[in-house]
Amino acid sequence: MTSPQAGGGDASTRRRTSLRLGVGGPVGTGKTALVAALCRVLGPEMSLAVVTNDIYTTEDADFLRAAGVLDPDRIEAVQTGCCPHTAVRDDIAANLDAVEQLEARHEPALVLVESGGDNLTMTFSKGLIDLQLFVIDVAGGDKVPRKGGPGVTASDLLVVNKTDLAPLVGADLDVMARDAARVREGRPVVFTDLRNEPGAAPVVAWLRGRLRGQDAAPSP
Amino acid sequence: MTATAALLLLADSRLPAGGHAHSGGVEQAVSAGRVGDIVTLERFLRGRLATAGAQAATVAAFACLEVTDRGASGPAGGLWSDLDTEVSARMPSPAQRAVSRAQGRALLRVVAAAWPSPVVHRVGARPHHAVALGVAVALAGGTARDAALVAATGAVGGPASAALRLLGTDPVELTALLARLAPELDRCAARSGADAVAAAGDPARLPAPNGPLLDVLAERHASAEGKLFAS
Repeated sequence: MTSPQAGGGDASTRRRTSLRLGVGGPVGTGKTALVAALCRVLGPEMSLAVVTNDIYTTEDADFLRAAGVLDPDRIEAVQTGCCPHTAVRDDIAANLDAVEQLEARHEPALVLVESGGDNLTMTFSKGLIDLQLFVIDVAGGDKVPRKGGPGVTASDLLVVNKTDLAPLVGADLDVMARDAARVREGRPVVFTDLRNEPGAAPVVAWLRGRLRGQDAAPSP
Repeated sequence: MTATAALLLLADSRLPAGGHAHSGGVEQAVSAGRVGDIVTLERFLRGRLATAGAQAATVAAFACLEVTDRGASGPAGGLWSDLDTEVSARMPSPAQRAVSRAQGRALLRVVAAAWPSPVVHRVGARPHHAVALGVAVALAGGTARDAALVAATGAVGGPASAALRLLGTDPVELTALLARLAPELDRCAARSGADAVAAAGDPARLPAPNGPLLDVLAERHASAEGKLFAS
């Protein structure tokens, strides 16, 4: 459904070659850590760019700049007017502008659009991104996958982070895996522990597969 | 008769042209303690309407008139360039100009999809928002006065929504406030439409009602820490 020309406007007349990946999920689940991991692992082998949407300040963009995982000129921060989900779903104008500026400057193979961290009802517009992954964490409780919501059920990849905390919060990873598989009807789920395994290997493996298939079809 | 339903789309806060992330100076006014309740908000919005609102309305009406008067391809490129210069000259804050152009570009994206026309491609890639709005209203089938009304409505409606999010204002009370402002919006649209007709063809003759406070707030906002809105 989403074509490489998605988004309308001036850029719609030029064929773009980037894959736009949305990274969404509730506050504090590890979205920025995951974006940093992807920059560290994939940055040396392909041209990357990142758009951050913070609820408040430009903290995530500042974090990425300070972490030194990406040239600061490849990071754009968007202000979301108290409504991070609106800026990536209902009215994507500012994000499209940021993505297109980055694409014009750097011709990236991959653009990561990180959402501001909202709640389980959050989802990205297909006018903004080609694929989206949704990050939840074990500390939020093992009931989260069962509760569903568009991010949990319909994202292209569900990432369950902070598996190291499972014994501390009494969360059962098997329950989370089973519930996620049920509500997602076969769409992939990976478990990560970004604190101890900062390479995010399962996410990188999934993403490499999608990037390889990009020439044929950028969206599922 | 005018294309009323299309105009309602352009005046709808759900129009995906980036407006939701702009407070029009309200965020800084709240930070500075100038706006804190419904009374001070009404004062702010009346001031905004009389200055930035009236200016946007006049520019939108002028741009609309140029398109409707000159047929499918609209005015020549030189007119758009002159209008751009005149609008910039009426907007001393660089931050305000950048915001105006970002919103203009976002609006053009919507217009190109909703009301395709060669005019969209002749107005420049990053026109001022009021210019893009005038073009949008013309292509949607509206008049200069309609363009002024949509611009004036947006000039208070967007900041009012921002105040609601920043202050937790009672939405019913806020709507009552906007209803009190409605007659003034209609008067502003009539005046701005007439001003645009009087200036027809020569953007240098457009009035310059913009006030300094909003420019100061826009500059302060651009360098502020921890802000929620883009302007």
